[in-house]
Amino acid sequence: MLSDKVESTSEKRMAGLEFIGLQKISGPLVIIEGISGVGFGERVELITARDEIRQGRVLAISEKAAVLEVFHGTSGLDQENTRVRFMGRPFEMIVSKEEVLGRIFTGLGMPLDGGPAPFRGEPRNVNGFAINPVARAYPEDFIQTGISTIDGMNTLVRGQKLPIFSGSGLPHNDLAIQIVRQARLLTEESSFAVIFAAMGVRHDEAEAFRQSFEESGVLNNVAMFLNLADDPTVERLIAPRVALTVAEYLAFEEGMHVLVILTDMTNYCEALREVATSKGEVPSRKGYPGYLYSDLASIYERAGRIKGRQGSVTQIPILTMPDDDITHPIPDLTGYITEGQIVLDRGLYQKGIYPPVNVLPSLSRLMSDGIGEGKTREDHRNISSQLYAAYANAKQVERLASIIGEEDLSTTDKRYFTFSREFENRFVRQDKDEDRSIFETLDLGWELVMMLPEKELVRVTPEQIEKYGKTAHTSHQE
Amino acid sequence: MTNIDKHKNGDIPLVTYVSGPVVKASRGHILSMNEMVEVGTQRLVGEVIGLEGDTATIQVYEDTTGLRPGTEIIGQGMPLFAELGPGLIGHIFDGIQRPLTELQEKWGDFIQRGKVGSALSREKIWRFTPRLGQGEIVRSGQILGVVQETEAIEHKILIPPEVTGTIKKVAGPGNYTLEETIAVIETTGGRDIEIRLYHRWPVRVPRPYGKRQMPSEPLLTGQRVIDTFFPLAKGGTAAIPGGFGTGKTVTQHQLSKWADADVIVYIGCGERGNEMTGVLTDFPQLLDPRTQRPLIERTVLIANTSDMPVAAREASIYTGITIAEYFRDQGYDVALMADSTSRWAEALREISGRLEEMPAEEGFPAYLASRLAAFYERAGQVVTLSDLKGSVSLIGAVSPPGGDFSEPVTMHTKRFVQCFWALDKELASARYFPAINYLQSYSAYVKAVAPWWFEKTDPEWEKLRDEAVQILQEDAKLQNIVKLLGEEALPDDQRRILEGARLIKNDFLQQSAFDPVDTYCMPVKQFYLLKVIIHFIRRLKDVVDRRIPLFRAMELPVVEQIHRAKTSIEGEDTAPFQHILQDIDSQIDQLLARSQEARDVV
Ligand SMILES: Nc1ncnc2c1ncn2[C@@H]1O[C@H](COP(=O)(O)OP(=O)(O)O)[C@@H](O)[C@H]1O
Ligand SMILES: [Mg+2]
Repeated sequence: MLSDKVESTSEKRMAGLEFIGLQKISGPLVIIEGISGVGFGERVELITARDEIRQGRVLAISEKAAVLEVFHGTSGLDQENTRVRFMGRPFEMIVSKEEVLGRIFTGLGMPLDGGPAPFRGEPRNVNGFAINPVARAYPEDFIQTGISTIDGMNTLVRGQKLPIFSGSGLPHNDLAIQIVRQARLLTEESSFAVIFAAMGVRHDEAEAFRQSFEESGVLNNVAMFLNLADDPTVERLIAPRVALTVAEYLAFEEGMHVLVILTDMTNYCEALREVATSKGEVPSRKGYPGYLYSDLASIYERAGRIKGRQGSVTQIPILTMPDDDITHPIPDLTGYITEGQIVLDRGLYQKGIYPPVNVLPSLSRLMSDGIGEGKTREDHRNISSQLYAAYANAKQVERLASIIGEEDLSTTDKRYFTFSREFENRFVRQDKDEDRSIFETLDLGWELVMMLPEKELVRVTPEQIEKYGKTAHTSHQE
Repeated sequence: MTNIDKHKNGDIPLVTYVSGPVVKASRGHILSMNEMVEVGTQRLVGEVIGLEGDTATIQVYEDTTGLRPGTEIIGQGMPLFAELGPGLIGHIFDGIQRPLTELQEKWGDFIQRGKVGSALSREKIWRFTPRLGQGEIVRSGQILGVVQETEAIEHKILIPPEVTGTIKKVAGPGNYTLEETIAVIETTGGRDIEIRLYHRWPVRVPRPYGKRQMPSEPLLTGQRVIDTFFPLAKGGTAAIPGGFGTGKTVTQHQLSKWADADVIVYIGCGERGNEMTGVLTDFPQLLDPRTQRPLIERTVLIANTSDMPVAAREASIYTGITIAEYFRDQGYDVALMADSTSRWAEALREISGRLEEMPAEEGFPAYLASRLAAFYERAGQVVTLSDLKGSVSLIGAVSPPGGDFSEPVTMHTKRFVQCFWALDKELASARYFPAINYLQSYSAYVKAVAPWWFEKTDPEWEKLRDEAVQILQEDAKLQNIVKLLGEEALPDDQRRILEGARLIKNDFLQQSAFDPVDTYCMPVKQFYLLKVIIHFIRRLKDVVDRRIPLFRAMELPVVEQIHRAKTSIEGEDTAPFQHILQDIDSQIDQLLARSQEARDVV
């Protein structure tokens, strides 16, 4: 069963070791015995009796045996005739600007658009390497998305990782598409690219993204890596890494500003759980492996800027919270790693509000460095904080009103009650193609807080009330 | 037998199994427990964490991709250690003390793996001034001489632990590199020991000290909710638990900036790269309010970010605390931040899982509690071996899954720390910062630090503090009613508590880290700010007693002054507060008089 012949592969990399026969097939995993010279984490190709090639990698290795993870799934593999070729290298993606942009690939980086596989560029380990914190440049360039809840209250900056926490059926795709379409920097125009990685999403969802890229005429700056709902689940583990390998290359070697959309991270995590379970690992919460945090970090940390290099990688991962539960391990661990989160809310959605962003649990950790005088406007931090305080209080007033009735609220509380409605209907709500400037957003914020008694406005200064509040107020008085 | 001999004999441990950071090796009898090893030609650094039969289990601190069975392993003959000497301050290291700046010079912007030079620069020249002379009898921990490492830190060169004897030779004042011998000590056994500017210490072993003392001085942080409400003492322990986004990191950054410690050790343990970059960018520019020197001149950074190998995350905590103890031994007050201890615990869990150990709660190994206890036990205020006073204060962030404090790491940590600064998701979502929940948090040091406040500010300190705490507690009870009936349903004497609590919450406790003035608040200002607020609340009682509607008092111009005091009054001058106190009295008195008149007219 051991065929120790060394075959050369068609690729330009080193020859691989080949063996025949599998000892065990279990879920997405395969165990092969009687091997030698194989390294941890290296890439494998499994060649079926019908010469079909499946990709995989080494998950654990001992003197006698290796555990392999098969990205294309194991169904149809037979124990006797499957050949395993050990490639002697980790999983790699060949990167170059010309061969990647404007193209569509599978989750493993194989062409889906009929074009040739990239071959001119350099092969890069898809796991990447950690950026040395000394080399990072702190992200601080404001990106205007034209969406008030983001720009005004959860500002996105270049090089940030800011996920959308959604629920099934909520319009996270529309929001992501709107961000991609409208995102721009206040100051300069420069070369940009969009990398889109789909993990287990429906065909029509991926198509909606493609169409919107096409409509806004950016398709030539986009690379798509698609692992759709009916594609092998384990391939989802590689897709974001392939995508980020390309993104890093474009950003840090080609000097482009790259926006990476990863959707849906929940499917990714489920694939990871499936593999862990097959390995018989001790699970931690909800059956997910204890290393889910580290694993997710190895994806999300691949965002940022590097000193002395032009480009940047900005990540917008999308995940659907199982049961809309933000404490579920997937959103929870994501929130612990990413630089904030934009949380979509079913209640707002049911009120017919788009985008249904609930600002209270949302956050942008990099906001404070991206806003203020010289970047957006001097009052940005305070008005944002005031809107948060007011809306949080208004939500409590709403709760009270549901108990004692709206009529019995105090005069101040009544104003909060109206504020809440107006805030949701005018600040949160906007059209799918409504692109508000940051100044419009801030002025709108002022107009809304001025509905409250002035003594309630403790997070802004009297000078700011005079300067921004009074003008916004008078210009909109009935 | 040296390693070379072993090699010749072909008696060398070989890799037999690889799964992520866990590697098993044959011929384990050659290695010893906790011995450092180097694996393969790339010399990946690892540590022996288990020996059974002839099999050694090794945790490798670097990515093991490509590692093959049959690869050779070289024991280093010593446990995982830290290098201690000039060159620590202002520098950033990874979890096993590889110097990140040098790594960047060598490898570029991305971290590769394998062995590189040493933690401390061997080229850099330091000006050494001896303090002891030839013929003197010395014991370990004594100060042999000093090196001015930064303007703020005089680095004391200590006789390494476990060395006692007579100075046979000592270098004169002059410039030396780390490897040069600066003294020779003849031990009582007649052996000569060469002393250099640095020595090594096994990170998992606490460094020796003279004796422990009870913490008694506050570690001032400039954060009002901490200093006034839940104070930390020098040599004390604190935990900051909180769900994501509640303010653990910002709080630790604030403490690193403003705490009145001599040396800060900041460990980014399994957290974001950008947060370390933030410190690296800010600290050279910010000035220490006490020394007027850049903060970086008193800071040591350990970064094992979440995308770096998990085993080194486990080690980073020990590397950090060893460095902290080393500066304590020089007579400094050291504050160590660990962000986040949960990532360290999870690293333990991950390794434990790969070793197929029997898990206890939520997959954590049964020894989680004892490891946590041992870590926090390394805090303390001590008299050093050279009779100096030094301290290590430990502040650990805890990241409970789902923000639920009943999980193992939070629960166990709570048993071993004296301060508990519980962060609150709801406060954070209203952008009320610091989101430290004043009902769930506590400090066991209030009584211990009260004399300090008594002496440095005012005898009334503790009384004011207690009164404020009491108002907040009453307020919490009343809020339950308010939630059901609305504030209007309460009588004015109870609404006085609500208004008072609101003043304490908004104008005292709330403190933005990003406000240029309010980011740091001096103790005197903390005292007076509280005094002004409590005085006003006390005077409100008069208003209520006279049946004057409470809102009248809340509309007095002085209330606006109180709102603005924290951001408008700077420095140590108490005059502005005295003015507010006077204004409170005169305006309330006027209000009372006017109502009296009105009543008289009727
Ligand atoms: N003391 C503070 N002052 C102002 N803002 C704060 C403060 N603490 C936290 N924040 C805000 O909350 C965000 C999250 O805080 P952070 O410390 O990163 O949370 P954690 O470490 O608990 O996840 C910060 O980006 C900042 O905007
Ligand atoms: Mg944090």
